[in-house]
Amino acid sequence: MTRELLTGNLAAAWGARLARVDYVPAFPITPQTEIIETLSDWYDSGVMAGRLVTLESEHSMITAAGAAAATGVRVFSATSSQGLLYGMEMIYTVAGWRVPFVLVNVSRALAAPVTLEPDHNDILAARDSGMLQIHCANCQEVLDSLLIAYRLAEDPRVRLPVIVNLDGFYLSFTREPVIIPEPGAVDAFLPAFDAESIRFRASQPESQAVAVLGGSPYSYFRYETHLAALEALKVYDEVAADFTARFGRSHAAVEDYRCGDAEIVLVMMGSFATKAREAVERLRDAGVAAGLLRPRLLRPFPADRLREYLAGKRGVAVIDQNLSMGKGGVLHSEIASALYGRKDAPPVLTSFIGGLGGRDISAEEFYEMVSVTREAADSGTVPPPRLLYTRDELREVRKLQTIARVERSELGKEP
Amino acid sequence: MKTASRILGRAFFAEGFEVQDAPRYGAERRGAPIFAYVRAAREAINERGIITTPDLVVVADDTLPAIPAAGTLAGVDDRTVLLIISREPADTWRSRLNLSCSVVVIREDVESPVSEEMPFKGAVCAGGAAHLVGVIPRPTLAQAIERELDSMPAAMIEANLEHGLAAFDQLADHAGAVQQGVGVSADNPRPPQWVDLPLQPAGAAAPVIQAAATSVEVHTGLWRSVRPVIDDERCVGCWWVCSTFCPDGAIEVRDGRPHIDYEHCKGCMVCVAKCPPHAIDTIPEHAAQQADREDHHRDA
Repeated sequence: MTRELLTGNLAAAWGARLARVDYVPAFPITPQTEIIETLSDWYDSGVMAGRLVTLESEHSMITAAGAAAATGVRVFSATSSQGLLYGMEMIYTVAGWRVPFVLVNVSRALAAPVTLEPDHNDILAARDSGMLQIHCANCQEVLDSLLIAYRLAEDPRVRLPVIVNLDGFYLSFTREPVIIPEPGAVDAFLPAFDAESIRFRASQPESQAVAVLGGSPYSYFRYETHLAALEALKVYDEVAADFTARFGRSHAAVEDYRCGDAEIVLVMMGSFATKAREAVERLRDAGVAAGLLRPRLLRPFPADRLREYLAGKRGVAVIDQNLSMGKGGVLHSEIASALYGRKDAPPVLTSFIGGLGGRDISAEEFYEMVSVTREAADSGTVPPPRLLYTRDELREVRKLQTIARVERSELGKEP
Repeated sequence: MKTASRILGRAFFAEGFEVQDAPRYGAERRGAPIFAYVRAAREAINERGIITTPDLVVVADDTLPAIPAAGTLAGVDDRTVLLIISREPADTWRSRLNLSCSVVVIREDVESPVSEEMPFKGAVCAGGAAHLVGVIPRPTLAQAIERELDSMPAAMIEANLEHGLAAFDQLADHAGAVQQGVGVSADNPRPPQWVDLPLQPAGAAAPVIQAAATSVEVHTGLWRSVRPVIDDERCVGCWWVCSTFCPDGAIEVRDGRPHIDYEHCKGCMVCVAKCPPHAIDTIPEHAAQQADREDHHRDA
């Protein structure tokens, strides 16, 4: 065991290395490329045994990942943002094949306008695919989650591909101390892949991923995938408990930070949640009973667990680093559906959109979200969803629009 | 700056601190401003990403304060320490930028004996910063430089050590000048000035630049660290080659002769590589500017 400074990308590469992956289909995209560059070096120098193959697109890359997994070898791949979307047809398809592999997505906001920094609209576009999703908040979690993800994906009760998500820049390029476990300890936790019924051998023909005609067989296969994804909640808890027993680090399906006696709870995903954690600590210092819940698993959705944590709270503020155009925050909808009509459900559920395209969320904004939610609990009136956006930011955009010669008459009166 | 942040982060880590170091890239172009953050604390670090209230700002190049995209002054207040590599003294920068915080200058001539080029700036910035934070002993800095540059040839590591340690030594009088910040209290915080975005017509709200040739307004020539200079005596006038290969369209052709537009030449040196008669010289930018000034004085 060593404790070393690693970027999130390096931590992901170490996860794949310790999982002894056999095959890595690859295609570069910022901010993910450092992962496959690192693996490429390791295969080249012989510290890893297996093959890394560069494909001509993410569509082919995901196809290759699924096809290789269908032969019973352990497969790893990585992408980001536009790349994930380019491979999206195959994301849905390979999940339906019921083959296990792990894909890292380094979150980066989607075009247009094109940008480099993170939000979660890319990974949420894969939400309904059948691939499971684990969301990381720091670089240690990236490495650990990869090991957990293989156990989860390869479990015969689940057998679905898993996406491990980390935020671009905030994790991908951020170096922080990460414990690299001993290979022997990892081997004991994650033995070689026992593919059981998954095989593809010469002279033993079989047809995988067959077509069906008609809704009845289709519904059967689709619902079985759903049931397997739901079963992954139980399997995840088992695997995470085993991980904790062996390595001492806890990666529960939902991270609870000072929720127990909290009146107001913040709910958010990903690396920005560590900022929320800092805000909760400082609010506690100032005598405010705030807490934080962070779903690590988004699919399957740990609804029961969230419900238990949130029961009896005065108010809940959901911070979405994503935006469903014409609806609002995706996590807000999911939390609402988990709570609606339940006994002891919090009466107030506020919605905030923040961190789009890597836009920072300040400490003062976390304090204000808690304050707004507390006031809503006092008054019983829930405010409309709020984009975290300040007067100074709008001023900056107006400056850009001036340079772009947008007609000022179209901008109307300043808010 | 990524190298500087990694050396500094490594040195803190070796001294038992929890650490984060992270570069932040903007335009992925040679010469575009890049910045990097380092956080260090005795306890676990929850904050990440942008540092809004820096305890120390290190500016590798004194042309950066004039470039808005570099954001060198963002979050600077009275208790910040600003370290800048410059030929100008600290008082000049305090006056020019109307700063009331401490300004510390590493005189640029410290790095000049070996090279005018950029490669040692990372070590110089890290070396200076290491002394300013006051908790990094000289041998730890040396080990951090060696560790972070271990893929480089021995001579290059040696030169970086020399420069990094020289910068460290130069700032002996300022050891420990940087004070650890306390973060933002939740006791009576200043509320954010949120605005409700108004719905605006797509003509205004679509990401469209309606003005023509706005890139001309951005003087990317400021990014240049080395300058290509055409030697008129060697130039044979095969203008099509250099003007075609220039990725920024910064070589204009007048009367069959190429002329470099220094307001927009980023110093990528593609023209130098492509020039068939080898007629384009490479000159360090500040030496070229010095020569310009001398010419100007002489003409005046």
